[in-house]
Amino acid sequence: MAEVPKLFKVTIDNITIEVAPGTTVLNAARQIGGDVTPPAMCYYSKLQGSGGKCRTCLVEVAAGSAADPRPMPKLVASCRTNVMDGMIVKNITSERVKDARAGVVEFLLLNHPLDCPICDQAGECHLQDLGYEHGKEGTRYEFSRRTFEKEDIGPYIQLHMTRCILCYRCTYVADQLTNNRVHGILDRGDHAEISTYISKAIDNDFSGNMIDVCPVGALTDKTFRFKNRVWFTKPVDAHRDCDKCCGKVTLWNRGDEVLRVTARKDQWGEVQSYDGKPGWICNTCRFDKKHLNDWVIEGPMKVNRHSVISANHYVETVKPQETIAEVMGGRQPRLMMDIHNISDVNKPGVHLSELPGPATGETFNPQQLNGSES
Amino acid sequence: MGRKLLLDKAHIENIRFYDVYRREGGYRSVEKALKTMAPDVVTDEVKKSGLRGRGGAGFPTGMKWSFLAKPEGVPRYLVVNADESEPGTFKDRYLMEFIPHLLIEGMIVSSFALGSKRSYIYIRGEYAWIVDILEQAIAEAKNNGWLGKNILGSGFDCEIYVQRGAGAYICGEETALLESLEGKRGNPRIKPPFPAIKGLWDCPTVVNNVETIAAVVPIINEGGEEYAKIGTGKSTGTKLISACGNIKKQGVYEIDMTISVEEFIYSDEYCGGIANGKRLKACIPGGSSVPILPANLLLKTAKGEKRMMTYESLADGGFATGSMMGSGGFIVLDETQCVVRHTYTLARFYRHESCGQCSPCREGTGWMEKILLNIEKGKGKMSDIDLLWDIQRKIEGNTICPLGDAAAWPVAAAIRHFRDEFEWHITNPDDAVRRNYGLMHYADILTVVAS
Ligand SMILES: Cc1cc2nc3c(=O)[nH]c(=O)nc-3n(C[C@H](O)[C@H](O)[C@H](O)COP(=O)(O)O)c2cc1C
Ligand code: SF4
Ligand code: SF4
Ligand code: FES
Repeated sequence: MAEVPKLFKVTIDNITIEVAPGTTVLNAARQIGGDVTPPAMCYYSKLQGSGGKCRTCLVEVAAGSAADPRPMPKLVASCRTNVMDGMIVKNITSERVKDARAGVVEFLLLNHPLDCPICDQAGECHLQDLGYEHGKEGTRYEFSRRTFEKEDIGPYIQLHMTRCILCYRCTYVADQLTNNRVHGILDRGDHAEISTYISKAIDNDFSGNMIDVCPVGALTDKTFRFKNRVWFTKPVDAHRDCDKCCGKVTLWNRGDEVLRVTARKDQWGEVQSYDGKPGWICNTCRFDKKHLNDWVIEGPMKVNRHSVISANHYVETVKPQETIAEVMGGRQPRLMMDIHNISDVNKPGVHLSELPGPATGETFNPQQLNGSES
Repeated sequence: MGRKLLLDKAHIENIRFYDVYRREGGYRSVEKALKTMAPDVVTDEVKKSGLRGRGGAGFPTGMKWSFLAKPEGVPRYLVVNADESEPGTFKDRYLMEFIPHLLIEGMIVSSFALGSKRSYIYIRGEYAWIVDILEQAIAEAKNNGWLGKNILGSGFDCEIYVQRGAGAYICGEETALLESLEGKRGNPRIKPPFPAIKGLWDCPTVVNNVETIAAVVPIINEGGEEYAKIGTGKSTGTKLISACGNIKKQGVYEIDMTISVEEFIYSDEYCGGIANGKRLKACIPGGSSVPILPANLLLKTAKGEKRMMTYESLADGGFATGSMMGSGGFIVLDETQCVVRHTYTLARFYRHESCGQCSPCREGTGWMEKILLNIEKGKGKMSDIDLLWDIQRKIEGNTICPLGDAAAWPVAAAIRHFRDEFEWHITNPDDAVRRNYGLMHYADILTVVAS
């Protein structure tokens, strides 16, 4: 008879779940999902050895195990701590965790340029999400922020070292996916930086995956640079037969134009796995196949409703419950107006989509509208 | 005079060379161990001696050795930590420079106990000339049959290699050291696994400080129980203290852990008192990472007892009113010293030496340095003190390795004990750049609050 492997019981924020021995606290929390899952900026389940560095995933262990129920004195990195049978973990139910995590977020943003308005990562940046969910308003930092010399790391990838949070993910990609890592971390401490050795360009079939793992806008796709904001694009899942990689990608389109190709991401923002194998994509698929007819379109990408990218996408949405009638006790709301009718900015008669260029004041003929003022 | 076990012969002319060292009784412990003892018996003697790691953490050495995993067919390693980069600590340098064979002898015995056939000395890069001294000692030991194959016919083989670091304090942290020894970037590893299970090249490894390994020699020669009779309580044997700062006689002293801090500072046998007729203001008793204490808390504990030069007594009162033995770097500050400036200097050191792996240490150390510099230059704000406190609090305990803690503690202790001085810098910005706060009340006798 095959032996049934014993499962470990772990309780995270009062929710108990059974997981296989060897599972980390973070992955156990991911199985529960929702708010119970600590944020992870450096851990990446598909990259061996990753994690432990950013400290955003710190949790409190209120009881080590059933056998030894003593609490752990320090907060631990949930991404690198394995569960024990009977372990009790506190994540958002722990004030200590919230306090330490807010501290980590502050540290991560301390020297960050906060240049989201001109950053291609905006909208899909994990640091934005982290700051929004776990950070505090304002900064207590009154010094000039760290800057770095710009460095060219080849034709496909743009490096913005000022945005890097030193999660080391890209170095693991280079170690584990390409046959020769030519970039790494030079220097140490707050002056450490990602660099290629003597500025040698990163030129390898799988190097583009560094862009996908980078949680911030430190590594972005040069072929997509400044082309569009992600939330204006229409992401669709597509595939092609590729002899180098799985060929399963997301195309980020505008009209018939393929602006960007990325690997498909799972709900944790990681590259999706197929049959247990991470779906990394090759540079040919990523950078050279920019025509719709290179691809077999599968359908719209599933976008999390909470993501800014979901703006204007109505796929898989559920019609919200009609609450107004309920609130109003059956009476009809009195004030309902058509914004177009009262706005003097917009004129229903002007068809924006038919303009040759962007709309300007001229388009709406302001003199005529506000004649009294001119 | 206290007992001396390590440096008793250090002053003999040419003790650095094999012939003199051997004539003075050197390598007896190797003969004794390899000919008459089983490896486990050697470990037992070290356990009985109560020897605690001299590298800073004070972990019992015998216990550390007994944790070493011993899977069949997998090599085990002994690595000696000679990185010694903690500001104020320079005892290992003295030992290796003047009596290198003591370390080699200790390493052979320890390697025998642990079953390490290749043992390493990882030495800080700046100690370039000591590498030559050690390599010469190793060559001499090998030529005389103490290293190599089948040492003394015991069947035990052992080689010792010296590896120079490239100038990083963080490579003194044992797992960063192992990474560096493997030829990689010296980033501390995330634990577990601990080196005793997976260390050098993923094999079971013991990392010990130079002084710890040297102390194995007298332990084997005299027996663990005899060694344990020296000292007090859990502070057995002798300890090297490197004393520096505003004292009359800076240098490396071997103490037998029975004397008081006061005696150590003022007696002619040791530091000889404060230099230039000045008064004692503060002291960091165990290297830059341990909490600074004002004169009054240094000489007497909060309970009003005499503070002794032992692991227990130096730590008496915890972080609230105590400090630590640490690595034995004894830094003395007289009344002309500025604690703010001093704290800034330390913060600058830790900012520079952080490996940068984890965000609290990477970002927090730089932030603290900048604020401290502002205060020192008379540009601080009152709220900066609480901000500093909050930053150190958010670093401490939340990092991968103890460097984060080591960076937080000096700032915390300075604010805890010298808050007045920080405030004075802020409220008197002009004075702060021209003169020092002085001794003030920091040496006043404290009234003991009965608890
Ligand atoms: C940042 C840092 C630097 C350290 N530097 C040294 C050092 O230079 N020498 C040393 O012996 N131990 C150093 N240690 C302590 C070592 O990690 C380790 O505990 C020690 O080598 C163990 O030896 P012991 O048990 O003989 O003390 C350092 C620890 C940290 C966290
Ligand atoms: S460049 Fe991106 S992936 Fe690489 S270490 Fe920096 S933040 Fe991480
Ligand atoms: S605490 Fe500092 S030195 Fe230690 S691993 Fe983290 S960043 Fe590196
Ligand atoms: S995700 Fe765990 S430390 Fe970064």
